[in-house]
Amino acid sequence: MDKGEYTPGRDTGGKKIIAELRGVSKRFGAVLAADDLNLAIAEGEFLSFLGPSGCGKTTALRMLAGFEAPTEGEVLIDGEVVNTLDAHLRPVNMVFQQYALFPHLTVAQNIGYGLKQRRPRLPKTEIAEKVANALELVQLQGFEDRRIWEMSGGQQQRVALARAVVNEPKLLLLDEPLAALDRKLRKEMQIELQNIQRRLGITFILVTHDQEEALSMSDRVCIMRAGKIEQIGSPQDLYDRPRNRYVAGFVGSTNFFDGKVAGVSAQVATVTLSNGQDVTGEAVHDVRPGQDVTVSVRPEQIRLSATAGEDSLQVTVLNRIFLGEHTEYLVRHDSLGEFLVLAPRIAELNEGPFNTGDVLRAFWDPGAALVLENT
Amino acid sequence: MTQRTRNLLLLAPAGTWFLVMLIVPLTVVLVFSFGERGASGGYVPAFTLEQYANLPARWAAFKNTLILAPVGTLAALVIAYPLAYYLAVLASPKWKTMLLVLVIVPFWTSILIRSYAWIFLLGGRGIPALLAMIGIEDVRLINTPFAVLVGIVYGYLPLMVFPIFVSLDRLDKRLLEASSDLGATRIRTFLQVTLPLSLPGIATGSLLVFILLMGEYLIPALLGGGKVFFVGNALVDLFLQSRNWAFGSAVAATLVIIMLISVTLYMRLISKLGAQREDVSLM
Repeated sequence: MDKGEYTPGRDTGGKKIIAELRGVSKRFGAVLAADDLNLAIAEGEFLSFLGPSGCGKTTALRMLAGFEAPTEGEVLIDGEVVNTLDAHLRPVNMVFQQYALFPHLTVAQNIGYGLKQRRPRLPKTEIAEKVANALELVQLQGFEDRRIWEMSGGQQQRVALARAVVNEPKLLLLDEPLAALDRKLRKEMQIELQNIQRRLGITFILVTHDQEEALSMSDRVCIMRAGKIEQIGSPQDLYDRPRNRYVAGFVGSTNFFDGKVAGVSAQVATVTLSNGQDVTGEAVHDVRPGQDVTVSVRPEQIRLSATAGEDSLQVTVLNRIFLGEHTEYLVRHDSLGEFLVLAPRIAELNEGPFNTGDVLRAFWDPGAALVLENT
Repeated sequence: MTQRTRNLLLLAPAGTWFLVMLIVPLTVVLVFSFGERGASGGYVPAFTLEQYANLPARWAAFKNTLILAPVGTLAALVIAYPLAYYLAVLASPKWKTMLLVLVIVPFWTSILIRSYAWIFLLGGRGIPALLAMIGIEDVRLINTPFAVLVGIVYGYLPLMVFPIFVSLDRLDKRLLEASSDLGATRIRTFLQVTLPLSLPGIATGSLLVFILLMGEYLIPALLGGGKVFFVGNALVDLFLQSRNWAFGSAVAATLVIIMLISVTLYMRLISKLGAQREDVSLM
């Protein structure tokens, strides 16, 4: 692969770089948890590390926090190499998974904990004022003297956030902060986290395995696999121009068809699918004729019709789920297998709705398919 | 079966035990303590405060108990805490189990045998002989308060280690990371997070050891050699040697009352520390 040349993670578009990973690797015994990470984080940015568990995203975060030292490479915060700088000396704060709030302290004492560690000491009135502001920021006024165990999960989440932002860190690290919340609360907190980030202008670095969370909140998403960065880009970049099959599968839902490249011209590849049918698609990155590839087509880009021509795929409707503005069809092609189609309401009014068992034709615009490396 | 009958049935075994083995004997002791010694020992019913007026005669036993029990508890705490901390926080899982077993192993042998071992170690041909070899002559260890202190700390250390170990082991280690992340040094993290959260373990261990030490008999008898004796030794002497049951009962009742008062005060202190952990955390 084009390792070394491919470093868009270094490009922050001219903005000030607040933190940087330079060739950072971390080894735990025989396990390489982080493998040559290169990444620059711009001031005020909201960046997410996205990947399955064990992909090294938490290790990357812990190296920024100061809980782990890199085996190789350099970690920089605000221009200084901090490889061996102890966590308590870094201008960085973390919102822990399951919050790690101090059970023996009240809400206000938890939030004020970081401020009380400052030397020279801050005046008590100043601490009280900052704590009050932080409580207001997370809408927990009046909860100062509550005990942590008297708070709901969502409230504890807010306390954890307030405890971190009250210190005005240069980097705020969030380790799966919403994982313990139920779906509705998670949605609300996503919006709130974004609002708070914009209001305070603090750089947020989020670790998550939830693609929706990463895509909806972040300016840039860094997709990781097996200790390596697979691709860094804006959510839209990753959605429209995934670098390979892994990234496409991680960002949004999509249908994959296996095939072999028949020919390439000007970024457009013709691929012979396993049933012998030829389809064309955009080759996001270079592919060679004869290469085994994956054709990715998003469900919303596939259309169904009872009357389309011979060059389309003949499918049978297996299942239909009405979602309001969309209807989701699970369809089956005899040799290509099952795939999803998302039909907008407007198309349904035109032709359809279809029923389970209907035999239809499925097709898509030539530009809608992406030809991707199999990795 | 109604809820009420079921509750009574559940409580019956322990309740009966409690009544027969604790309430009844304590009542007997209390009644005897107001009586008189018979001409040939034993007990003659009476109502007099004479036995209580006589308590200063056993002042030495009370003094030894009231000094050595708290000092022994404190010494056990000071030795047990770092050990429990190492076992719970620092030791690798592989070593943890083995070291925990090593802490329990002495319990497999009778305290009597272990105390005899100390008689030899602290006796003339033990540690003092070694000290004499490097020129420190005439050190006397056996039959001193120090020997008794060594014996009780040795004997009761596991009872202090385990509750503290449990409270430290249960401590969420991410709290320590959170504290460090928020700018606290290791020492401040210990004082502000680890110590307050292990307070329940300290309280339990100290109470266990303290209560047992207040009633200790064997170790002062063996390592104190009749020179350093506890209230427990005085009681054996009064009941079995001088057969003065009335006076023995008065001494026993006084010990129970002292224990009740000190345990209550201690519990108050602990819950106060618990409620105002803000102050503890800012030490």
